This record gives sequence, structure tokens and C-alpha cells, in this order.
Amino acid sequence: MANNIQHYIDELHQHRIWRSVFRSGSGDSNLHRAQAVQSNVFLHLFAVKSRRRMLEFSATWYLGALTFGTFLVLVITGILLMLYYHPSVPQAYADMKDLQFVVSSGVFLRNLHRWSAHAMVFLVFAHMFKVFYRGAYRPPREFNWVIGVVLLLITLLLSYTGYLLPWDQLAYWAVTVGSNIASAVPLLGQKIRFMMLGGNSVNANALLRFYVLHCMVLPLTAIFLMAIHFWRIRKDGGLYAPDKPAKEGTK
Amino acid sequence: MSDPKDFSASMESDFRKTPVRVAFVTRRTSPAVKFRDEDYVMTFPETLIRAAVAVQVLVVFLVWLALLWNAPLEQLADPMHTPNPAKAPWYFLGLQELLHYFPPVVAGVLVPGLVVTALVVIPYFNINIEADGIFSKDRRRRLAICWSVIPALLVFLIAFDVYVAVPATLLIAALLFVAQRTPADAPKGFRSWLASKPLSFWIMTWFLMELMVLTGVGTFFRGPGWSWVLPWRG
Repeated sequence: MANNIQHYIDELHQHRIWRSVFRSGSGDSNLHRAQAVQSNVFLHLFAVKSRRRMLEFSATWYLGALTFGTFLVLVITGILLMLYYHPSVPQAYADMKDLQFVVSSGVFLRNLHRWSAHAMVFLVFAHMFKVFYRGAYRPPREFNWVIGVVLLLITLLLSYTGYLLPWDQLAYWAVTVGSNIASAVPLLGQKIRFMMLGGNSVNANALLRFYVLHCMVLPLTAIFLMAIHFWRIRKDGGLYAPDKPAKEGTK
Repeated sequence: MSDPKDFSASMESDFRKTPVRVAFVTRRTSPAVKFRDEDYVMTFPETLIRAAVAVQVLVVFLVWLALLWNAPLEQLADPMHTPNPAKAPWYFLGLQELLHYFPPVVAGVLVPGLVVTALVVIPYFNINIEADGIFSKDRRRRLAICWSVIPALLVFLIAFDVYVAVPATLLIAALLFVAQRTPADAPKGFRSWLASKPLSFWIMTWFLMELMVLTGVGTFFRGPGWSWVLPWRG
């Protein structure tokens, strides 16, 4: 039975259509495994080989991968939520109520998006501190650290813009508090706040702006920077591995 | 060892026909040379499978959270009715807590601006790249700076009534004192570990502790009018 299944899988891998998609074909050889990474537009951001000791849980706690995981969950649940959402006042709040009482699994969808967002903010911070304490920001990885700081800010902005969208009391006043901080910038404060909100207070214009930022501008920027962030790991010589004492008898 | 070689190596004399690449490895070797005995595995499948498993565990955890706890949803937004206190999302509550002590231009613009700038420039200053203990070189000057900055910081915090930030600062000061008093030949342990930590470690740890304290206080201990409340008293 198992042999039969293996046989069909092998046949599938050799099929013309399969090979037209995955040129390298499949196989257990290191050549095939290298080609699986090299000939894949997404995977080729990564190096073909990784240091074995960097795969240990204690080395990274997988915080970067987990952060990316929450981002994927957020994109998927976010797109589904967009199907049920109108960025207008007061329809936005009515849509929340629809998610709660009308849409099947609507509550679950919103919960998953909300908790994943909190998890992502937490994981980004944890990732940053872990990288810092490992000393992995040191040259030649300094630019990747800078991209990471920008990604941290984008994550905060993503979470902050998303916070307004339910248009309930919690959302409205949290964003009011935040936008008041922006108006404390010397000279330009009021202008920055006006540009942020599309008005002098949090209103329908602000909701639309935050919606566009939350669903288009910020995620696309994040994806763009994440691609560079991952690719730079390879370009900077793989994940930072602290020096280990040289083995005796080797040169 | 004594096997006869079944190959022979030679170099073409016509370098135009056969280009030859010669690498000189100097005394300061490159990382690639240093770690020639490093154990590598194929990224596909070894790394990718592990990352996928880690993400799946996380997703199971998030789904579990989403099934058990509902995301908050309050009344329809009402510009006429301000809740008291009006709180920002939790990751901004450290800043909001600072706003309680300092004018908005300091707490809302200057401090976050400085924090972001400081984070960005970390890898570009040699003092953050060195991995030796904070007092291991230039000891007298560094001790003088350290023990004038920390009291000044404490006076500043107390002058602005930021008492919540004092304990973490005192803890860092105490640990720095232990690091200072640890002899260079101390046996391996917590003290020698502390003494081996560079300046950047101490600043970042102080920042991390204050971040957690301020965020925690803003989240759990602040009630109407940003007054001090105890979370377990309804």
C-alpha cells in the first residue's frame, strides 16, 4: 500500500505538468534539494544550506519564523474580514455586529485576527530583543537590523490603524489619544494630525484613511521589506552564529 | 594514508585559456575560513520543515485563544462621550504612562523619537559592537561616567515623580555594582557573566525593564483620571 502511494507520488513528480511548474523535479539528492530552493522565487530568498546549530530551538526560539507566521494568519483572516466590512460610519460598527450575529464563524474570524495582531506585536518585540542579546545586529548585519526596526514600526502602525476599524468606543478613543500625541510635534503638530485624520478630529475620513493604510499601504510595504529582510540573511552569511572554540586537531 | 593518488593536479600555463583563481588567506581569516568545519544541513527540507512546524504550533495556540476569548467590542463610537480613562492599545501604554509625567512634546515626540533613533544606530557605533565587559577597559573613566549618570538619572526620575521607573534603575545599578566588584579571575558563574556584559547590554536591559514596567503600570494600574488603581479591586 505504502509502496503504491509512493509509486504514484513519484509518477506525479515526473509528470510533464508537474515538471513544468517545478523544474528541478524531486529527489533525495542534495542537488535536488538545492534546486528546490534555488528555482523557487520565494524560497530563493533563503540560502541553500543552513548551519545545523542555528536550527536548535535555543538559538533563535524561531521568533522570526513565528512572527512571519502571525503575519500570514493576519493576511488570510484580514482578507476574509474585508469581505464583510465597509469603511464608513456607522456601517463599520454594524458590520462588527453582523460578524458577531450573522456571519458564520464571524466571531472566530475576528477573534483570530485580533489575537494574532497582538501576538505579532509581541513577537516582533521579542524577536528584536532576542536578536539584540545574541549580538546578531553586529556587522555585516547592521542594515538588516535597521530594516528590522522599520518593520517594527510598520507592525505598530498596522496594529494601530487596525484598532480604529471596528468603530466602537474603544477604537475611537484609543485613536483619539494616539492622534493627540501626534499634535504635540513642534510647529507641524496640527498639520500632521490633520493629514493623519483627514480632519480635525477622528471622523469618517480618518476611518477611510486608516482602512486604506491598514489593508493596502502598510501590508504591501511590510511584504516588500520582509522580502529584503529575509534575503539579507542569506547575503549577510546566514543567521548569526556566535564563535565557537576551534576543534583541536583541525586547521 | 599510503593510498596512491588516483588523480594528478596541474596548472595550465596558458592563463588565457584556463583562468586560475588564487585565494590568499591572510592571518585575519574570513568567517568562511574560520568555520570550515561547520555542520550544514539543506535548507529544504530541514529548515523549512522546522519553521513550518513552529508556525503550526503557533497557529494551534492562536486558534485556541480565538475559540476561548472574544475580541472586545464596546458601544458604537460616540465623540460626545469620553470614557475615563481613554486608553491607547497596550503597546502604546508605556508612552501614555510617560505622558502622565512629562509634557506631550517630551513624552510623545522626543522620547519615542530618541528611542527609534537609538535603535537604528546601534550597529553603527563601535561601542555597541565590542563584546568585552563594560569595565574591562578604560575602567576609571567608565566607572566615573557610570556612577555620575545613574544618580543623575535617579534624581531626574524622582524630580518628575516617575517613581515607577526607579526600582528597575536601582536594580540595574546594583547589578552594575556587582559587575564592577567582580575580579577578572572570578570563577565561571552569574557574577563573571555579569562582568562580561558590554555597555549596550546594560542600556538595552534597562530599556527593556522600563518598557515592561511602564507598559504594565499603564495597562493594569491606571484608572479614572489616570489615577493609581489596583487591578484586583474591581
